[in-house]
Amino acid sequence: MSDACCSENHLKLTNAEAECEHKLPPLPYGGRGHQGPKPSSLALEFHRLTVSYPSTKKIVVSDITLSVARGQRVALVGHNGAGKSTLLKAAAGLIKPDSGSISVYGNAVGDCHHRTAYLPQRSDVDWHFPITVNDLVMTGRYVHLGWLKRPGVADRQLVSAALDRLGIGDLAQRQIAELSGGQQQRALIARALVQQASLFLLDEPLNAVDESTRDIVDNVLNDHAKVGGSVLVATHDLGRLSESFDVAVYMKDGRIQQVEMLPGGKFTVEVNSIQFNPSTPATQGSR
Amino acid sequence: MDWLLEPFQLGLMRRALMASLLVSATCSLLGVYVVLRRMAFLSEAVAHTTLPGIVIAYFNKWNLLAGAVIAAILTAIGIGWLGRGQKLREDTAIGIVYSGMFALGIVMISSSKNFMDFTHMLVGNVLGVSNQDLVGIAIVCFVVCGTLWAVGKELLLSTVDPLHSQTIGLSVQRMRYILLILLALSVVTAIQAVGVVLTTALMVTPAATATLITKRLKWVFFWSVTCSFASSIIGWYVSYYYEVSAGGAIVLSCTSLFGLVYLAHRAGLFHRGHHVEDQTEFASEEF
Repeated sequence: MSDACCSENHLKLTNAEAECEHKLPPLPYGGRGHQGPKPSSLALEFHRLTVSYPSTKKIVVSDITLSVARGQRVALVGHNGAGKSTLLKAAAGLIKPDSGSISVYGNAVGDCHHRTAYLPQRSDVDWHFPITVNDLVMTGRYVHLGWLKRPGVADRQLVSAALDRLGIGDLAQRQIAELSGGQQQRALIARALVQQASLFLLDEPLNAVDESTRDIVDNVLNDHAKVGGSVLVATHDLGRLSESFDVAVYMKDGRIQQVEMLPGGKFTVEVNSIQFNPSTPATQGSR
Repeated sequence: MDWLLEPFQLGLMRRALMASLLVSATCSLLGVYVVLRRMAFLSEAVAHTTLPGIVIAYFNKWNLLAGAVIAAILTAIGIGWLGRGQKLREDTAIGIVYSGMFALGIVMISSSKNFMDFTHMLVGNVLGVSNQDLVGIAIVCFVVCGTLWAVGKELLLSTVDPLHSQTIGLSVQRMRYILLILLALSVVTAIQAVGVVLTTALMVTPAATATLITKRLKWVFFWSVTCSFASSIIGWYVSYYYEVSAGGAIVLSCTSLFGLVYLAHRAGLFHRGHHVEDQTEFASEEF
């Protein structure tokens, strides 16, 4: 996708976003309503978080303190079982922590559903369900619609612009099972865009995707960060993406092992000082 | 033409056709979710577990269908409760509740010494539907179809991507209970047409047939209802002219239609759509 094309699609998306700035639904799914961000709050904060799975009682994430500032891109790096996905799920409200706290824009998890977009691993989505790519991306608007309300023209424009921006506009009417792995990932990111979420939680978004998908996703996440959005990505290998993040947080066995400021990174990250490698300077604050 | 119109001259045949069509509409629409969410075993279980409710209602001289509705809803909630939190696998929970409730029904029937009273519930008797029954079936049809329309987008999302659904505050468990209660209501109406033993066929076979014809959700609904209507009408005529069980004839028509569509599907008559162009992305690239 050329830069000009990117800019044009970005503009279309911004226009559609402006049209879609309607009121949040009077009947939100969560029941607690939607809270706005608290002034000068961080995008995401984990404080001494410990999480175990109820079925096994095994502690998967242990005493993690970590913050993600607005506009910051953080990579959680580690092998399977390191606790990255669990940390993301806890931030998305899918798992209740045993102890510690999580705040999203200064609110408790679940108080601002519309601001958090969680992209699961592709295997968590039923790709054989008979819906089109357009329909899948439209589900990103549901948090803004609530019960009973149907998508309108502005919602459809937003979806169309997001699909174009991810380079899959021509696949809008294709059944989701007919997408390749990279296309599926683009569709999920398009859904996060139409959700107009500020905080993206992405679980292995670039695992086994092609080069062009990586570039497009990278551009979209960069643009998202430029306008103040935050990104927390779980990946088993930072690889060639080191320039796409501000900070890499290395995890092992549910704990933070090391924090690395990446080249070109604009931010520091706040973590629990007892856990990361002493050779890496511990920094407090966010900007 | 006379042979086409002849059955309409009898009031009981007209009521039977109307009941069959209403039951078909209810079951085939709900059946789409039953098939897509792989709940066929569950619908079978709910159908069979209505038996003790019917027997208890019979002993106490209550409305038999009211007994069936209560038993079906209790079963649906019981299975949902046992299967929550993954303490038990869902199929295990279904197997336990299903066999236990059906056994209870059999023990109660055997103690009544009058098995024949219950045969029409076991194999159905759509020709015996009264005007009052017809009104009851129509109300259930209206409730089920109306609810499916009202919460269609929420059912879709909680099926395709339960994690995203949960993240935006839409409880997957709540949607599941709604579906289970609709299933219980539909099963009870279907019992009148085809009986406890064959109810699952009306729920599963038309929807399964539709998924072979198309991969677009709205068309899956359309073809499911169409196949179900066609089966009901064919079964109704067969029952009249060959003096065989209407329920059995309807289900056999359903199965025959499925067989024809399956053969056509194998011959490549459906889904000449797109293919994944870069399947290798799934496996070959490591990042």
